[in-house]
Amino acid sequence: MFLLLPALMIAVLAAVAALAGVIPGGRLLLGVILPYAGLGVFILGIGWRVYRWAATPVPFHIPTTCGQQRSLPWIKDAPLDNPSTTQGVVGRLLLEVLLFRSLFRNHRSQLWQGKYVFADSKYLWFGALVFHWALLIVLLRHLRLLVEPVPAWVTALSASDGFFQVGAPVLYLTDPALLLALGYLLLRRLRDPWLRYISQFSDYFALLLLLGIALSGAAMRYLVHVDVIAVKRFALGLATFQPILPEGLSPLFLIHLLLITTLAAYFPFSKLVHLGAALLSPTRNLANNSRAKRHLNPWNAPVKTHTYPEWEAEFHDKLKLAGIPLDEDSHG
Amino acid sequence: MAEERLDITTQAPTSDWRDPAVEFRKGTYCYSAGVKVVEALGLPNPREWQPSDADWKLPADWQAIILDGMRERLGKYRSFRLFMDTCVRCGACADKCHFFLGSQDPKNMPMVRAELLRSVYRRYFTPAGKAFGALAGGRELTEAVIKEWFYYFYQCTECRRCSVFCPFGIDTAEITMIGRELLNLIGVNINWVTKPAADCFRTGNHLGIQPHGFKDSLEFAAEELEEITGIAVDLPINRKGAEVLFVMPSADYFATPHYYTLLGYMSIFHQIGLDFTYSAYASEGGNFGLFSSHELMKRLNAKIYDEARRLKVKWILGGECGHMWRVLHQYMETMNGPADFLETPVSPVTGTRFEHARSTSMVHIAEFTADLLYHDKLKLDPRRNDNRIVTYHDSCNPARGMGLLEEPRYVLKKSCNHFFEMPEGTTREQTFCCGSGSGLGTEENLEMRLRGGFPRANAVRHVHQKHGVNILSCICAIDKATLPALMDYWVPGVEVAGVHELLGNALVMTGEKQRTLNLRSEPLPASALAAPAAEAGHE
Repeated sequence: MFLLLPALMIAVLAAVAALAGVIPGGRLLLGVILPYAGLGVFILGIGWRVYRWAATPVPFHIPTTCGQQRSLPWIKDAPLDNPSTTQGVVGRLLLEVLLFRSLFRNHRSQLWQGKYVFADSKYLWFGALVFHWALLIVLLRHLRLLVEPVPAWVTALSASDGFFQVGAPVLYLTDPALLLALGYLLLRRLRDPWLRYISQFSDYFALLLLLGIALSGAAMRYLVHVDVIAVKRFALGLATFQPILPEGLSPLFLIHLLLITTLAAYFPFSKLVHLGAALLSPTRNLANNSRAKRHLNPWNAPVKTHTYPEWEAEFHDKLKLAGIPLDEDSHG
Repeated sequence: MAEERLDITTQAPTSDWRDPAVEFRKGTYCYSAGVKVVEALGLPNPREWQPSDADWKLPADWQAIILDGMRERLGKYRSFRLFMDTCVRCGACADKCHFFLGSQDPKNMPMVRAELLRSVYRRYFTPAGKAFGALAGGRELTEAVIKEWFYYFYQCTECRRCSVFCPFGIDTAEITMIGRELLNLIGVNINWVTKPAADCFRTGNHLGIQPHGFKDSLEFAAEELEEITGIAVDLPINRKGAEVLFVMPSADYFATPHYYTLLGYMSIFHQIGLDFTYSAYASEGGNFGLFSSHELMKRLNAKIYDEARRLKVKWILGGECGHMWRVLHQYMETMNGPADFLETPVSPVTGTRFEHARSTSMVHIAEFTADLLYHDKLKLDPRRNDNRIVTYHDSCNPARGMGLLEEPRYVLKKSCNHFFEMPEGTTREQTFCCGSGSGLGTEENLEMRLRGGFPRANAVRHVHQKHGVNILSCICAIDKATLPALMDYWVPGVEVAGVHELLGNALVMTGEKQRTLNLRSEPLPASALAAPAAEAGHE
């Protein structure tokens, strides 16, 4: 059900987009009102989420240390996996965000003749890395539709992405990469019984939505040609806050647009806001220097302790008998 | 023999994780905390109950207490809020949990353990969950969910192994700690955590040993050491003006094989003439408050700095204990500092300034002795450990909450001629828990401990078969208390020893008698008896 329902919802969205193109007012809704609403929800929603995380205190200094600490000068420490300095922390976070360092450690634990063996398993790391990088590059390539004149680096990026093929339309490597990676992420979720066990509506919905966006986009580029000039005119209008109606654009484009709008509005309320989380996690963004520099807890609450004088009073006679020195003696 | 053992097999799950029903089967859960100990700490809802009872006698407004408790903690701990919001269920953590590997219970996959709490968070604290309920991954908070939380938050040892692999650094230990705090609010706690905490609060240590008993234990150990070495060591207790306060887990002076590690410390301190004192008040470095609530952790930890201030020492040295060092390294000074009345620790023998501990002013014994050995300040005869084929178990907390990896290895390699590492993926930051940490090391929980400890035992068995390893060394009191049973069950023939027991064995003391026994009063191997120690050691 958790696969069928999101699939159905996305099909309905696509149908709505296709139909809206032919109803009066539909194009205004789809092409102007909803995109701005979606963008607003996206920005405010993410801002709210990140603000709430960042504003919540970090009472304790709890980095997960994944290598040798910095202690004695002759022992080699692990400056990136167990950073003791701010530079080290920045390095650790960059490795985490750009190269998925922790996921790179992944292995599979398998029972073999009554023993566990640990086999290297980089598939998830590779699939996730390809997906995120391909998505980023595809997004950046879209700038050529949203900015005029097109910045040189966007042209250069597109050119290198399409480097392997001559002829038209140029095949951007990131398009099949994105689709394959999404397909892999979906298939592993469906095939691995343990993963299927915990997979929820939102997991499938996010994947299918992204697949829908990628497929509709790829179809427009490689199968059903759209009027790129019209797309650009429309997109520039949106980007410069001088919106025009998406006239003369195919239903496929409207589907693509509505799915993106949906993603933008859904994003802040879903598990998809995880980039900020990686950067804000106290297990990753603190230097392991808690014995060198005191970490402050803003709400360090007072507690009831059992003080030494109370303890000495309670065990007074036994302490005396055992000959253990008492504070009482030193006070005279 | 194999047939009698627990069957560890892979079985794909058929159930639905949203169903909270739990079967409390003997051997897989811990008993409730008794009325007296709950009252001694002033914790809520003391009453007679057991997890296997149908009625847990929760307070009438238990649901409001839990939800208020969640709201409060969501505002106080970024870790909690972030980890409730973040998981993408990629599954990288799933097969990293020793309890999952040993039990094959899908709710022991870390992402699911967190989801047990997260689903309630979504239902009551997020717009999507409030509006769409189950569709947005929400679950109603029912009494069955409380029972499920109890079962699974006491089936997690807060070892943090999963957090090493999580791309967002989600730390299940944080989730389990908050989960246990919430359960504590309605009087759902276990005896094996709450009783030691109550004893520690009153007497100063988890075992409830009173000051005269503390002194007796040390005297007994010193007598034994004298029989072995011919040397009488000093036993300064609560001595004002000493340079160093030494704090150890109470098991070191009351349980075996911890006890032999104490003999090791005593030998070393005597040999270097350390100006130190024990404390009968701060007679516990460990902290079962960590396994109960942040508040209780702080209450139990306070005595260490209080005692250091009272005795006017310059710095503090800490013994071998895992979770003790998580607290000392990551919590102590934040909670009970600043330690501005102490100084940057300096080794009186080598002059090394322990700059990395300059603020907290507390040094780990392995850092201290590794420094001594590096500067050649101890004379060793490692042949005395020649009958020991040694491997090293990184204890979870020093490994993943500190990064103390090389120091104990350096000490071991100097002290033993036969040292072998367990396979990659089972040591250092990826070390497997003993399966009994965080207060789960009780008899009634034995089956789950043996299951949770299986991945660790499995790696020991590998080096036992390959290299004939017969000593599993470690620097954790819970390890020393629980690994022997795990070894007897899965890898008979392997004993457990502290790193400083092995160093103590090898230590050549000035003025010692002709040594024939190790610290366990067992005969030294023939190779160590062949030549006088003085010639064997390097000068």
